[in-house]
Amino acid sequence: MADTLDKMLGVTDAEDPTVGDVTIQNYTINFGPQHPAAHGVLRLVMELDGEIIERVDPHIGLLHRGTEKLIEYKTYAQALPYFDRLDYCSPLCMEHSFVLAAEKLLDLEVPIRAQYLRVFFAELTRISNHMLNLGSHVMDVGAMTPNLWLFEIREDCLNFFERASGARMHSNYFRVGGVHQDVPLKLLTDIADWLDTRLPRLFEDAISLVADNRIFKQRNVDIAVVSREDAVRWGFSGPMIRGSGIPWDLRKSQPYDAYARMDFDVPVGTRGDCYDRFMVRVEEVRQSARIMKQCLNEMPDGPIASSDRKVVPPKRAEMKQSMEALIHHFKLFTEGYRVPAGDVYVATESPKGEFGVYLVADGSNKPYRCKIRPTAFSHLQAMDFMSKGHMLADTTAILGALDIVFGECDR
Amino acid sequence: MKSAAPLYAPNDGVIEVAEKTLGGRVLSSLEAAYEVSFTVDRDSLVETMTLLRDTPGLEYQQLMEIAGVDYPDRADRFEVVYCLLSLTRNHRIRVHVQTDEIKPVPSVTAIWPVAGWLEREVYDMYGVLFDGNPDLRRILTDYGFVGHPQRKDFPLTGYVELRYSEESKRVAYEPVKLAQDFRTFDFMSPWEGAEYILPGDEKAAAAPPPAPPAPPPAQPKTTESTAQSGAGKPEAGASPKPAMSPAKAEKAEGGDPKPAPPAAEKPKPTRARKTADVAAAPEAAKAPSTSKVAAKLRVKPDAPTAEAPAKPSRAKKKPEPNNG
Repeated sequence: MADTLDKMLGVTDAEDPTVGDVTIQNYTINFGPQHPAAHGVLRLVMELDGEIIERVDPHIGLLHRGTEKLIEYKTYAQALPYFDRLDYCSPLCMEHSFVLAAEKLLDLEVPIRAQYLRVFFAELTRISNHMLNLGSHVMDVGAMTPNLWLFEIREDCLNFFERASGARMHSNYFRVGGVHQDVPLKLLTDIADWLDTRLPRLFEDAISLVADNRIFKQRNVDIAVVSREDAVRWGFSGPMIRGSGIPWDLRKSQPYDAYARMDFDVPVGTRGDCYDRFMVRVEEVRQSARIMKQCLNEMPDGPIASSDRKVVPPKRAEMKQSMEALIHHFKLFTEGYRVPAGDVYVATESPKGEFGVYLVADGSNKPYRCKIRPTAFSHLQAMDFMSKGHMLADTTAILGALDIVFGECDR
Repeated sequence: MKSAAPLYAPNDGVIEVAEKTLGGRVLSSLEAAYEVSFTVDRDSLVETMTLLRDTPGLEYQQLMEIAGVDYPDRADRFEVVYCLLSLTRNHRIRVHVQTDEIKPVPSVTAIWPVAGWLEREVYDMYGVLFDGNPDLRRILTDYGFVGHPQRKDFPLTGYVELRYSEESKRVAYEPVKLAQDFRTFDFMSPWEGAEYILPGDEKAAAAPPPAPPAPPPAQPKTTESTAQSGAGKPEAGASPKPAMSPAKAEKAEGGDPKPAPPAAEKPKPTRARKTADVAAAPEAAKAPSTSKVAAKLRVKPDAPTAEAPAKPSRAKKKPEPNNG
């Protein structure tokens, strides 16, 4: 008993000063896999020194569904819906990489209206993704209200997706060669009204609660600072690399679809901390709205999919009249189209960063290999060095600013 | 480029600069589908990557992706593809390295720490070894997973399935059982130069003496009236004319289920008779086969019920001890 008391009080034996000192050992805890702030099924094995994080070992793969393997057994058209289910917060941006990769192999021209529609809905997706991320980030560090307001905007976005494609989340709207179907004019005017009135009001209200909020800044400023060099070495992209001060945006530097015609600014951070990443996303929402307005102003009339009947199925009305159209339709929905042999790596700017598809075609109607480059892989991997030396409670802020979705990370 | 894919700096001169810089380390270079790719020597990969990153005029600062591809027909069956991005020159290239299950690929984690997880994924999915990766564990598959699922010889369904076992209060692993075989439909047109065997072709190759064709049934079975089929209400005038005399037809209308006497070499047996006389029918050779089918059909529904009591015991079977 006396020994125990001595130990607890830190009394040392004069003869043997090495024993009796109170030594605190690091201990290891599990964060997740069922943690509301883990944004899915993430298991972080953390080594803590008191409340200071010494080491983080993210265990991922709990949502692994073998998407890449499944795609190898599906035709190109059948593979497309799998992309909706990768990053289920920004489904259309996932499809975007895949259709562009297939189009690059096919060397297929896409009508200009289809390009505008894709850009338009990709930006709407970006807004809806950022609403989820900004809201949950704010909630993870303690504020409740902005999340509810931002979810209203997200709900609006999902309604717009439903009116365009028929599905709220898994739209399956983009197609190789264009988009699935044209949008009604009323939808475009409604979105235009929404961009002018409801979006700025709700969004600016919600952000005004947190952007200059003292508590929010205390939780985010100078947390997980990433230098430019580290951002490059760790393969960062999207808001993560821009938060570190590198003005790198694939929409700007490697424009695809109609982005070359768009006029928008690329926000960058100054310090590379969680607050910068948050504010980069806030500004991206405003820029996305700007791009969408330009799309609405400039979008020409015309076909919404390529007229190459070996890739794009004919309209139903045409099938009633033309035998050839009927044959094309039958062939496209049974055999599918064939993509010439070759391999491409096509990356687009998804809301979370560079989302790439490495597509290997062998000339048949199914991809030989479809490697998906998730944005979360490089960002989550950097979790270890980003959170070293921070407090346990900062983990949620760091995770929120990473913008991880496990459908995409684990595939 | 006709397609609307991301447009980066032109590929002009990249191959020349890279080949000049890398010398013999480049085994082949290719510009296809508007993209530049190099196949490089495996052993000097680290120097190659360092040169690609640091040489002015190349400057591929970022490693975006490492993809594995399996080509089972090649001697070195795996290809590891490094997708590099130059932020300053706004250009992308791919670097391919070939290897097999045994030969390790030098790790590039010293150049790009992001390669750590990317190499882990290739190891997990293909079993490619990376020499120098400090943490080459599995990453996406389950704890204790066996095999490398992205290999072309790994079945899509996998080998084990898991469920929560209520008895043992833990996740139990079992060999995968499918209610239906995995179905793969081949829609490739056979007249467009397909190089595979169509279903049934293998029989032609084996070439056994063709069995004599089964004799056609003496009379094809036809139904001419509702009295034969038993469907609906029998009509007065709907008696099977060639088969029965009016008297017999009356009997049939009366709903007599008894088979008509095998009186005549009448051409069209009624339905009831056919089942009754099947053994005595002239086409007796066919009889065993039909009865066999019937027997099979009868057995089949029994099978699951016979197995049903065995189910709990199967659950009690020792689960594989490999769940983490």
